[in-house]
Amino acid sequence: MDRPIDVELVDVTKVFDNGVVAVDRVSLQIYQGEFFSLLGPSGCGKTTTLRMIAGFEHPTSGEVRIEGRPMGQTPPFRRNVNTVFQNYALFPHMTVFENVAFGLKMKRVPRDEIAHRVREALQLVRLSGFEERYPRQLSGGQQQRVALARALVNRPRVLLLDEPLGALDLKLRKEMQLELKHLQMTVGITFIYVTHDQEEALTMSDRIAVMNAGRVLQVGSPVEIYERPASRFVADFIGETNFLVGQVDEIDGETATVLLSGGRRLRVPIDRPLAARSEVTVAVRPEKMRILPVEAPGANGVLTGRVEEVIYIGTDTFYVVRIDDATTVRVRSQNDRNRLDSEQQLPVGTAVSLSWAPDAARVLVD
Amino acid sequence: MAIVEQVRPSERGAGWLQRLSDAVRQRESLRALLLAGPGGLWLLVFFLLPITIVFAYSFARRGPYGAVDWSFTLENYVRFFDWLYIRVFLVSVWLALLTTVICLVIGYPFAFVIARSPRRWRNALLVLVLVPFWTNFLVRTYAIMLLLRADGLINNALQWLGIIERPLTMLFTPFAVVLGLVYGYLPFMILPIYASIEKFDFTLVEAAQDLGANTWHVFWNVLLPLTLPGVLAGSILVFIPSVGAFVTPDLLGGGKVVMIANLINQQFLTVRHWPFGSAISFVLMAIVLAATMLYFRLGETRRI
Amino acid sequence: MTVVPATTKTLATVRPARRRLSVGWSVLWLNVLLTFIFLYAPIVVMSIFSFNASRQMQVWMGFTLDWYVRMVHDERVRIAAQNSLVIALVCMIVSTIIGTLTALALERTRFRVKRLYEGAMYLPIIVPEIVMAIALLVFFNLCFQWLDQLFGLRLNFGLGTITIAHIAFSFPFVAVVVRARLADFDRTLEQAAQDLGANDWQTFRYVTLPLLMPGIIAGALLAFTLSIDDFVITFFNAGVGSTTLPLEIYGRVRRGITPDVNALSTVMLLASMILVLGSLALQRRRST
Repeated sequence: MDRPIDVELVDVTKVFDNGVVAVDRVSLQIYQGEFFSLLGPSGCGKTTTLRMIAGFEHPTSGEVRIEGRPMGQTPPFRRNVNTVFQNYALFPHMTVFENVAFGLKMKRVPRDEIAHRVREALQLVRLSGFEERYPRQLSGGQQQRVALARALVNRPRVLLLDEPLGALDLKLRKEMQLELKHLQMTVGITFIYVTHDQEEALTMSDRIAVMNAGRVLQVGSPVEIYERPASRFVADFIGETNFLVGQVDEIDGETATVLLSGGRRLRVPIDRPLAARSEVTVAVRPEKMRILPVEAPGANGVLTGRVEEVIYIGTDTFYVVRIDDATTVRVRSQNDRNRLDSEQQLPVGTAVSLSWAPDAARVLVD
Repeated sequence: MAIVEQVRPSERGAGWLQRLSDAVRQRESLRALLLAGPGGLWLLVFFLLPITIVFAYSFARRGPYGAVDWSFTLENYVRFFDWLYIRVFLVSVWLALLTTVICLVIGYPFAFVIARSPRRWRNALLVLVLVPFWTNFLVRTYAIMLLLRADGLINNALQWLGIIERPLTMLFTPFAVVLGLVYGYLPFMILPIYASIEKFDFTLVEAAQDLGANTWHVFWNVLLPLTLPGVLAGSILVFIPSVGAFVTPDLLGGGKVVMIANLINQQFLTVRHWPFGSAISFVLMAIVLAATMLYFRLGETRRI
Repeated sequence: MTVVPATTKTLATVRPARRRLSVGWSVLWLNVLLTFIFLYAPIVVMSIFSFNASRQMQVWMGFTLDWYVRMVHDERVRIAAQNSLVIALVCMIVSTIIGTLTALALERTRFRVKRLYEGAMYLPIIVPEIVMAIALLVFFNLCFQWLDQLFGLRLNFGLGTITIAHIAFSFPFVAVVVRARLADFDRTLEQAAQDLGANDWQTFRYVTLPLLMPGIIAGALLAFTLSIDDFVITFFNAGVGSTTLPLEIYGRVRRGITPDVNALSTVMLLASMILVLGSLALQRRRST
């Protein structure tokens, strides 16, 4: 891609005073105008990474570059990025107007221009008319939008968002996700977004970096991350996955045969060479599996087993199927027929056969 | 579609203030020096140094006309062991202990009631306790004098009611001094205990009662142990000023009740034996610091 | 401590506390009542008698403002009041500045001897006043001797020594108050300010200081009150010619109880109460 790189991390490591390695040799390139998410569980280092871009922490080793320039020890007020904080950090002793105007005031922008731009920013977040209110008079969602306006009014090159939707209730959160995405597309600024909610990341991002224990495990578009997870952690963290452990038996060009415990053989596509007899994990997502009773026509699936549990969640039905003594598999089957009336029932105890499209399975080596 | 403009932070030659700021920002030690310096200096010169001088004085002799003769001696400390002076120490500690116990007995139930009253009343009650406490100590001590005098209100009322025939001698007695000390330092006991009880989880009381504890057991085995931090804090806060009290024994004791502070006053202003006075001051300070450290040690073992 | 689910706690507070024997509670409330009477009776009685037309305390001979009039015209009282105010104002300003800096040093910096420094800061609060009073007496005395011998400079006890002494014992109190406020401070606000382009000075001026102000004002009022009310330290460091209000009251009480002391005392009482209530009101209004 020939798009300019707005933020680059080159082999960045951060070790805290107490010896904790929060960020471990992370390298990332974030392009101009994209919505980039840092996704991972609590403590994975994503917030620390963000803070190093903002300038609140400095790397122990490695380099943070913004628009190509290494940042070194530059303090936050000299960087051309702005942050939306997790707790919004609105100044309680200033009105909404004064809050939003703060950055402009620091840069000594003339007064009438400030007024104009603040109004513009508030319009952008749909809070026109709230200029004279104080933060304590606003709801959580409104405060969040003021925090956004306060950051955007400075027209930064890059906007950093640290789990901004965490404090909102579910419905509001989903609304704001879409709003943020649209906002980003309208304004065209690069967004770097930190979250632990994988659904949120999948919904909003152009690209996602999945992190764990200070390392970046995979970077890619939502589809790439979901359909081609590079490691067991990623496959498990994003959505649900079934893991089947086995040994490589035969390799035949771009397909391998994996021998599972219990004698079953699976043919799985591979995208890199594997050693024979190596231990691998085959990952198949629940929604990719088809479940049929063994007697049904077309039931020629590789795996067979018994239904152990049936979980109904309205849109789908989950089946927990016991393959052998040690393994169960979850299958997600869409309820495309009226469950009350239809005869497509697979009650507990039914012997079933599971099948999937050949490219729906992935081989993971870690 | 908004145009993404660059508004860079002002990059004109940073002023000297900003350069100074940067230097201070980088060097943590410089910043610490600037911030901690004034206080530390003032403390050093006008507190630590004077106390060191007092310590030095305590090993000096008294020269003629009350001047100080700088020859090393331990005689000041030896003089303590005269019954005359030991007695003063014992009286001070005893009165201070008495004060502490009385404050505890009055203050704990008081704090309990406030902590358990409806939220709306609590602040008002606390303010009511604090307001007299914030007024001038001297004035309050004088007010007690008025009441306790032979021709004061209490004696007059008692005589008028026929309960006594001749006025009681209340002023210039240990009773008056303890009364004055309790009067002055009661809020010091109430506030920490209140804080402790307020944090106390009263469902524990229900659990205890469910298991068969009566009121006394609940108090002794559940409430008191868990509010002990407040009790200890209050006790220390009352004991220490009481043992070193000056105004109260001076006005309410009238020379008949001599506590350590009065002794020190005597040595410095009347007798003009500064070395001995210094020695006494130092011993007082040692007692106070020992009590404080005891408190902290107790606090640690109890995991307060 | 124990872990109790939140729901059970609210249940307990909803149930009335009167499930205990009402005898027990009556005793407790009686204690409260008597204690309040005990706390307020002396000062109320004294205030009432400041309006008594009789010189003696036994009888009430009618309402009068004479004692107040005499007090206002009393030259010594006027000088004492003036001195007290000036000293208190200077003490308040200097203590607040030093105390705030110290609080910032304790909360926002790290340095090797910080523990020691912190402990030392608490000493003026712990050590009995009499010890500090005579320590300063001894110190000033020595200083004056040396200054005289070395430079021929003849200084003496007076308003200066009093003020210095007051500052020495009141700034740690200011530091404690401001520090409490600092400890509760939301650091992300300062980060947000820096993120928006404010450098260190601007952050302090526009965000930290305004939000710290209620604590600083509370500390200032505390320093003022401590100074105006102080007796022991002032007594030993005032020298011959200077007097403050507490000193004046003490002198008169020692000489014998006269009603004009009542008037003066009542006025001081009211002044303290107004100061305290004002400070509380100020804090409540400005807390965000």
